[in-house]
Amino acid sequence: MSEPVIKCESVYKIFGENSKKMLEEANGNVDAKTFQEKGCIVGVNNASFEVSKGEMLVVMGLSGSGKSTLLRCISRLTDATGGKIFIEGQDLLQLNNKELIDLRRNKMGMVFQSFALLPHKTVVENIAFPLQIKGIKTEDSISKAMDMVKLVGLDGRENYFPRELSGGQQQRVGIARSLAVEPDIWFLDEPFSALDPLIRKEMQDEFLRLQEKLQKTIMFITHDFDEALKLADRIAIMKDGIIEQLDTPANIVLNPATEYVRKFTEEVPREKVLLIEDVMDAATSDNLSDLKVSKDEIIENVAEKILTQEKTVVVIDNNNKIVGSINPSKIINTVFGGRKNSN
Amino acid sequence: MELIKKYPKLFQWLFLLIVFFALCFAIDVPETYKFIRGQAEFIKDPNQSTYVLFGKEVRYYAFDVFWRLPPLLGWLPIWINDSLFFLMNEWMPMEFWNEDTQEFKTRPLLLQISRNLTYFMTFLIELIREILIGGKNTVVAFTSWEWISENPWAELPGLPWTIVAAGAAILGYKLSGKGLALFAGLVMIYISIFGQWKPSMQTLSFILIAAPLSFIFGLGLGIAAFKSKRVEKALYPIILVMQTMPQYAVLVPAMVLFGVGDHAAVIITMVVAIPPMILLTLLGLRAIPPEVIEAGKMSGCNNWQLMFKVLIPTARRDILIGVNQVIMVCFSMAVISAFIAAKGLGYNLLLALNRLDIGLALEAGLCISLIAILLDKMSLAWANKQIDYFGNLTFFQRHKNTYLFGFAVILGIIFAYFGSFYFKEGYNYLFEVPHNKGISTADFWNKGVDWIFDAFFVYIKAFNTWLIVEVLQPMRALYLRMPAVATLVLVVGAGYIIGGIRSALVVCGLTLFIALSPWWDRALVTTYMATFGVIISCIIGFTVGTLCFQNKHSASFMLAVCDIFQTFPSFVYLIPVMMLFGITDTSVLIAVIVYATIPATRYTIEGLRSVPAALHDAATMSGVTKFQRLFKIEFPLAFPHMMLGLNQTIVFALFMVIIGAFIGTEDLGQYILKALSDKKGAGIGLTLGFCVAFIGLIFDNLIRTWVNQRKKHLGIS
Repeated sequence: MSEPVIKCESVYKIFGENSKKMLEEANGNVDAKTFQEKGCIVGVNNASFEVSKGEMLVVMGLSGSGKSTLLRCISRLTDATGGKIFIEGQDLLQLNNKELIDLRRNKMGMVFQSFALLPHKTVVENIAFPLQIKGIKTEDSISKAMDMVKLVGLDGRENYFPRELSGGQQQRVGIARSLAVEPDIWFLDEPFSALDPLIRKEMQDEFLRLQEKLQKTIMFITHDFDEALKLADRIAIMKDGIIEQLDTPANIVLNPATEYVRKFTEEVPREKVLLIEDVMDAATSDNLSDLKVSKDEIIENVAEKILTQEKTVVVIDNNNKIVGSINPSKIINTVFGGRKNSN
Repeated sequence: MELIKKYPKLFQWLFLLIVFFALCFAIDVPETYKFIRGQAEFIKDPNQSTYVLFGKEVRYYAFDVFWRLPPLLGWLPIWINDSLFFLMNEWMPMEFWNEDTQEFKTRPLLLQISRNLTYFMTFLIELIREILIGGKNTVVAFTSWEWISENPWAELPGLPWTIVAAGAAILGYKLSGKGLALFAGLVMIYISIFGQWKPSMQTLSFILIAAPLSFIFGLGLGIAAFKSKRVEKALYPIILVMQTMPQYAVLVPAMVLFGVGDHAAVIITMVVAIPPMILLTLLGLRAIPPEVIEAGKMSGCNNWQLMFKVLIPTARRDILIGVNQVIMVCFSMAVISAFIAAKGLGYNLLLALNRLDIGLALEAGLCISLIAILLDKMSLAWANKQIDYFGNLTFFQRHKNTYLFGFAVILGIIFAYFGSFYFKEGYNYLFEVPHNKGISTADFWNKGVDWIFDAFFVYIKAFNTWLIVEVLQPMRALYLRMPAVATLVLVVGAGYIIGGIRSALVVCGLTLFIALSPWWDRALVTTYMATFGVIISCIIGFTVGTLCFQNKHSASFMLAVCDIFQTFPSFVYLIPVMMLFGITDTSVLIAVIVYATIPATRYTIEGLRSVPAALHDAATMSGVTKFQRLFKIEFPLAFPHMMLGLNQTIVFALFMVIIGAFIGTEDLGQYILKALSDKKGAGIGLTLGFCVAFIGLIFDNLIRTWVNQRKKHLGIS
């Protein structure tokens, strides 16, 4: 695999005076409680991970878990207290102001929870804003922005002001603005949290459609575990600034690393999250049924078919090659049994 | 013991009061004490003591230290004077090229700066003034008087009043629509017809210079304070003092530095108008959601782009509210600056008041009030105006107002041109209605005043006498009877109980400054007048506010009334009271009460309104009566905000008491007024100004600290 687009090595963010000195003295062993007694608040505690090109990493955590702080360290809206962050191999913390602005103008886009639109600019002017800041001519920036307006489905409203739009529409503008400079890296900070549930679902689908088309490298922040499961390639679950577990959705559901993570997974309808691949057994030859299912199917979609079989079902891959088998009892175990096992 | 634990604060207050009264009774009035003799700057008397500090000799009457502290700060005004004199006349002499004599001349740096500034400001004011009403000075600035006398045609013609009126109406229309357009037009026509055109335009030109300059400096400093904590910390005390400093007092040092006239007034107006602009800029920028700033940064803004393309446009409304404040401060300063000979409506008003011509004063006052309301409404409309999208409009539609104004200009000129043929007797009424040719209502008013005097003189006099003899004089005597030490203990104790050691120290410092200045007695008189005014104002304001709050419409109506009254420059309030009560303390106090009732009423209504609707519903559902709701829910929750109203009431009352000196009082204001006509008054004026400001700040500190604690306690902020 090529070089990761985002790479963090033991990133720390500690708020408060003398935080740098205290971090050095702690010698890599940061305890939130002792820091708090000395008047410092630990935002991010020893975060190390990589995000590769085209991947979507969802950072999930409750409020105060440090997820937004982590994102702000990586976009350098705040400076990390310790550790190293590389963006496409460049050491982010070594960049001077001009280089940083350059990086943001060309490589990064960000969407905010409260939309953060400029109230004095129309939809199209808001979207064209990052382009104009770069110094692109007004006409060119507007025509480019109009493409973005179409991309997020706001045609006909380009001359509205943010105050005249609904929340969902405002966030579409936010998304279009963050994409206007065609960034490689896309940061989304709880983009759908301020929206109503129905609109949120619609926006999630829209978002997935966009990502299919654009294939950006994404860091997506959310406090909604279902949203994380729905969107993520990999999920990082944070608590008190520490990444508790970083894995694929299936692995998190099946093998929660800590008690904290397990609590989240308890209520998750597994049949909606897991693929056949995630639960299948090794290929076997005895007592097979005629039914063949693809390994990439979500369990929910094929469960009925499998459960009507008495025998073990064959699992195949895209090329019709047999890669495993699955017994109906396994499906029942997965859907209903898992929770008891882990208790 | 149980009780003390349950109400520890209550017992602390009781204890403080006991100590205070004990001190009051324990310390006798010295036999030599006589009011007004406390400070003897101006009289030489062998009974005085003297001391020398920093090379300045201070003379004073010595008393028991417990009774009155010695004026250890007495050298301060003298020292300020001498320093100013030194800076202006001796400090850093340099060679400057003199245009008139065509040679180098040695002159102190500051004097030269002051002269250049004066020249520059005068030029700006004259330019605007002559665009509005015509004149020769601007042309002279570029040429010379000889050239002018050879070329009599060379002068700015000035705009016919019709054009200015039309311009005001069009501006009103652009900002807010037909209503404001109509009001603006009518105000202008009124001004013109009643012969107040020239002074009004003089005042307007004053504002047109002072307000933009104040805006630019205020915005710049506000941004600097936003960017750097250190700048903010440095600016904050200055802003605080300037907001409680009577506008009167800053005029005095201005006179020393810049002389008298419009230019000095503009410069000193800026000093007064910039602090609120800084404050509102800072508030506006602070209120921007952090995500908007981050969005700007992530869009790749550099610092400059972030400030001017993201932050300032986002904070537009707050900044424009700042502009509104600046304009209103400039306007009230334009009136008060009449004391240092700034031309305009204020000057006419001052002349009329000096002559006791109530009719003329009323006319000028009415004009001032109308213009104040107009300026206020216009700048507020500007702040509240939403930006509209106009890309889809045609060029003509987009610039409709500009065309309209162009049309008005042409029409106005044509009218004025024909007018010059029609009006033969030398006055072209379509160009300008001269002062003495307008409709005058002065006689009518004067007759009205006479009638009131004839009809009610006995009653007014009786009321006056009763108030002075039965209420005011005893109250004054009580205030003056307080030994300085007792007052100090009371104030510092209050500070300690409310805000702990920190508040106590701040309050102690402020009080000591006044106690150690030579004007402690005067300060007591100022405080007594302000206290009387505040008490009555609060009673009226809280009652009226509470009553009006019972009905939605009356509440809105009352707030609108407060809005209007608040725009009037404080000086205007003196006119009607002089008309009714003549020249007495009563007049001043009534003006104080009227003026200070505005914030008391406003904050009561606002405070009651701010009680969340959910609480209302909750209270109603638990079956409270109207009275129970008012006393158990609304008052307790609204109380912190009402206390902020009290704070404003105190500031307003102090301002008015000081201005009341014009009518004749015996307090600090009187001395400020004296300082205005004294060559060496700058130091005295400034020190007195600080004394007044500090009285305000003592209350401000105590009330604010209490309110913040209370709000935290109630969980509202």
